[in-house]
Amino acid sequence: MSVAAKVWALHLGVLAALLAAQVVLPAYHAGNLARIMVLAVYAMGFNIAFGYTGLLSLGHALFFGAGLYGMGMLVALAGWGAGAALVAGIAAGGAMALAVGLLALRTAGVSFMIVTLMFAQAGYLTILYYTPYTRGEEGIVIDRAARVLLGFDLSQDVTRYLAAFALFAAALLVKLALVRSPFGRVMVAMRENEERSRMLGYDPFRIKLAALVLSGIYAGAAGAAYGLLFGYVGASFASIQYSILPLLYVLLGGAGTVLGPFLGAALMFYLIDLASGITTAHLLVVGVALLVLVLFAPKGILGALRDRGLKWLP
Amino acid sequence: MTSRLIGLTPSRRTVLGGLAASGAALALPARFASAQSAAPIKLGFQLHRTGIGAAYGRWYERTAQAALKLVNDGGGINGRPVEILFEDDGTDPKRGAEVMEKFASQSNCDAVFGALFSHVVVGTAPRAGELKMPYLVCSEGHHVASGKMNRWTLQPGITDVKSQVQAMAPWISETLGKKVTMIFPDYAFGHDHRDAFVPAIQAAGGEVIEQIAIPPTETSFTRYLPRIPSETEVIYHVMVGPAVLTFVKELGEFYGSGDRPQIFGFIDSLEAVNIASPGLEFLEGTHFWEGHCRYLQPDAGEHEATYRAAVGVDDNGASLADPKDISTYAHMFSPWETLFILKAGMEAAGYQGPADRQKLVEAIEAMTDMPYGIEHPQGAKTFNGKTHQVFGLQYISKVEGGKLVKVHTTSPEDGIYPDEADYTTMSF
Amino acid sequence: MDFGPFLLLALMEGLVTAAVLALTAVGLALVFGVMRVVNVAHGEFFMLGAVAAWFVTTWIPGPPAVGFIAALVLCPLLVASVAALADTLVLKRLNYDPDATIVATIGLLYILQQAALSLYGPDARPVEAPFTLRVQFPWFGYSGYKLAVIAAAAVILAGVWLLLARTRIGLVMRATQIDRETARAFGINVDRVYAGVFALGAGLAAVAAVLIVPIQQAHYLMGHDPLLLSFIVVIIGGLGSLRGTLVAALLIGLSDGVISVFFSPTLAKILATLFVALVLVFRPQGLMGRRTA
Repeated sequence: MSVAAKVWALHLGVLAALLAAQVVLPAYHAGNLARIMVLAVYAMGFNIAFGYTGLLSLGHALFFGAGLYGMGMLVALAGWGAGAALVAGIAAGGAMALAVGLLALRTAGVSFMIVTLMFAQAGYLTILYYTPYTRGEEGIVIDRAARVLLGFDLSQDVTRYLAAFALFAAALLVKLALVRSPFGRVMVAMRENEERSRMLGYDPFRIKLAALVLSGIYAGAAGAAYGLLFGYVGASFASIQYSILPLLYVLLGGAGTVLGPFLGAALMFYLIDLASGITTAHLLVVGVALLVLVLFAPKGILGALRDRGLKWLP
Repeated sequence: MTSRLIGLTPSRRTVLGGLAASGAALALPARFASAQSAAPIKLGFQLHRTGIGAAYGRWYERTAQAALKLVNDGGGINGRPVEILFEDDGTDPKRGAEVMEKFASQSNCDAVFGALFSHVVVGTAPRAGELKMPYLVCSEGHHVASGKMNRWTLQPGITDVKSQVQAMAPWISETLGKKVTMIFPDYAFGHDHRDAFVPAIQAAGGEVIEQIAIPPTETSFTRYLPRIPSETEVIYHVMVGPAVLTFVKELGEFYGSGDRPQIFGFIDSLEAVNIASPGLEFLEGTHFWEGHCRYLQPDAGEHEATYRAAVGVDDNGASLADPKDISTYAHMFSPWETLFILKAGMEAAGYQGPADRQKLVEAIEAMTDMPYGIEHPQGAKTFNGKTHQVFGLQYISKVEGGKLVKVHTTSPEDGIYPDEADYTTMSF
Repeated sequence: MDFGPFLLLALMEGLVTAAVLALTAVGLALVFGVMRVVNVAHGEFFMLGAVAAWFVTTWIPGPPAVGFIAALVLCPLLVASVAALADTLVLKRLNYDPDATIVATIGLLYILQQAALSLYGPDARPVEAPFTLRVQFPWFGYSGYKLAVIAAAAVILAGVWLLLARTRIGLVMRATQIDRETARAFGINVDRVYAGVFALGAGLAAVAAVLIVPIQQAHYLMGHDPLLLSFIVVIIGGLGSLRGTLVAALLIGLSDGVISVFFSPTLAKILATLFVALVLVFRPQGLMGRRTA
């Protein structure tokens, strides 16, 4: 089997399994998977910036929040329909990433980390500043009546799952195509050796900005989707915790792999869920599990697999 | 069958009885409506075990467990034992919604209660509505009565902040002063206080002359204190969070032992904190809203002693096991009362199982008077079935000799405000 | 209150913030500068210091000053040993790989937070100051202890500077920071230096916490803000420059208080945050860092 065939077989296989899971799995796990898939889209976006292009941003919650609030404010305050608001949310995420990127990409490394962190903090505080509209940290409910997309009621379990799946599948396939495309290879080149890439004629600034904007589009899509699918828009989603989360998912699952973010998201979710079932000190279990994972698979699970033989894993 | 089991010699009667009982337990309540199921009633409890709400969550769990014991000792609900499944929501809305899924889809709970922090409530309510799970919150937020939640979300166990704040205004204006400076956190919780108090104090003949909104995560407050105008007669403060002791101490340092305005606060600032702590001496002579008086008052109701013994606190509101462990007394009655409301609702609705959840909500909506008793140790209440919010008494206490002494009880009308919604017109 | 005294009060408050921030940030700067790793658990070492101070002052009988002095000595040592242990058991095995260290220190963060929650509890508890003294200025009263904190932080920072600039240990640390491989070639046990630096960084955070805990309270979530702030300070000051860290701590500590004199506090925080970002955008090496190619 050629590499391309193996890659497509694997990824299409995963998608098929996820589609089947809706029918096969009990309602509880199906519901969890819907959440995990949306968060995985967020993490995949983060991976585009971090895992492939080497941009460690600590401010991605700003883009997730832009999508969430872009959608939420238009639906709740301006009465927009779900479809249009979703598009607006996606655009908001991308636009925010563009604005931040134009400024932040003048820095690199740790400075870039802090600049993105600061922009995200400013965004969080701005949401609180406009509490009269956003209800700040308490948040607002998105009316069930407004959560109807193309005639489908997103508050129904099956529809919700399929919508999350559709988003995830689209995001996964686009990312797969991206990383296997010439642009994807240039992104990796930027990460590996920026100076050499520049010498070869590539403009690092434009490449990194494009990667960041793509990353913001993914994050905005995930944010808008999360609000529409689960009916809540709140400032906690724009807090620093939600900037750390995708980083954690990506590092656990394998930075620079396409399926890594999904694996990491699922793993963290079930780690917390199962730990809560065993003990009231579940944070301890999660912390120890993270340490164990990182000691034995420092490149993440898929990264470790790739190193140990599955070299074709994108 | 009379086969000899190791260690047991069951008679035919007990074997048949056992078979019948297990058969009844397996029977779906909807199909066998007349069979009295011995399967336990499962209630989910959204517990703030970690995160910013952990100090409250600890006590919420205790009172819920204490109420559970009382209910089960009294025969349970409809003759069935009751179980509470506690899940940590990390005081986080995302996790809150996830544990709601767990309660509904994995554990098939009959109802869910227990959340205190507003953002967890608002984040979970949509899912509760979709899953058709009765969601009784113990939050004191105005979110339920505002009409923004859904027909499955109710707050029958604790009054809301709008009602509390409104009820304070007449007494403050009459007793403490008419020119008020408000100090509150600059987010939704603080804004709710401001939005309720400004019109209420005006109606009582006073006015708010200065509003000082403190940004979140502030750890030092001294630089805000000079903004208090010198003609202030009353400082109204409702700072919350781990930094609140600093706020109180710095307020004391700022004024020293000299002249100072009257000071009115909400005990939210000092839940789980000993009033007699060093650095809090200047609180002497100041006043606090208390949801439920921490120190045992001479005119306490006949059930107060039983309640305190059951939840394990002494006459000072501290844990019986450790006098330095102060409880969150002004709020922790809500899970207790909510459990009894669930009992009353299930009994009124003839609740058999999850298919009857809608009947349970309708039964609670039909409740009106909730008289003082062991089921409502905080005080008599009236439930508004349309707004899904309960209304009741508030208490004002003064710090005297390092203890809180009740000086005023509001009247029920003080806290009533016009309905802002009618959930009974909404569909399930 | 008139504007002048108001500003003075804000400045003094800012100095207290800056003092504690400087200590915490210098601890992080050492770890970041020498080991080149992002320690997400740095704030938790701060929290541990405060929580340990509560335990020490509660268990040691006598006047508050005795317990406090004991805490000032014991808690940094305790937290430093926890840090050294974490370094030896985990970070060394990861070979200080940047990404893996982030995940590992996040794990450490969860462990330390849960330990504090389980052993200390969710409440915010006060610790008594070693002395209560009200310094009366013409316009307002001020806590004498806060002034003592500023002085103590200055003394400790001077001590750290002496250690780095004038002792052999400091020389070894600086050598390891400049070039790890060459240092190893010269016979320096880099692993032990790293463990020591990690411990020293944690110890400094802990001492800052012990100093601040009579003013604030000890709470198991209190490590979150010091982590963020000290990171910002270290980067703004410029990696590799302790002087930059100090200057940045002063700037950020003071400005936080002063800006909110002029603007609504939440808006002030937004502006201050954006300001920090823009400083870095236009001067990525920070105030005093060396520009890397």
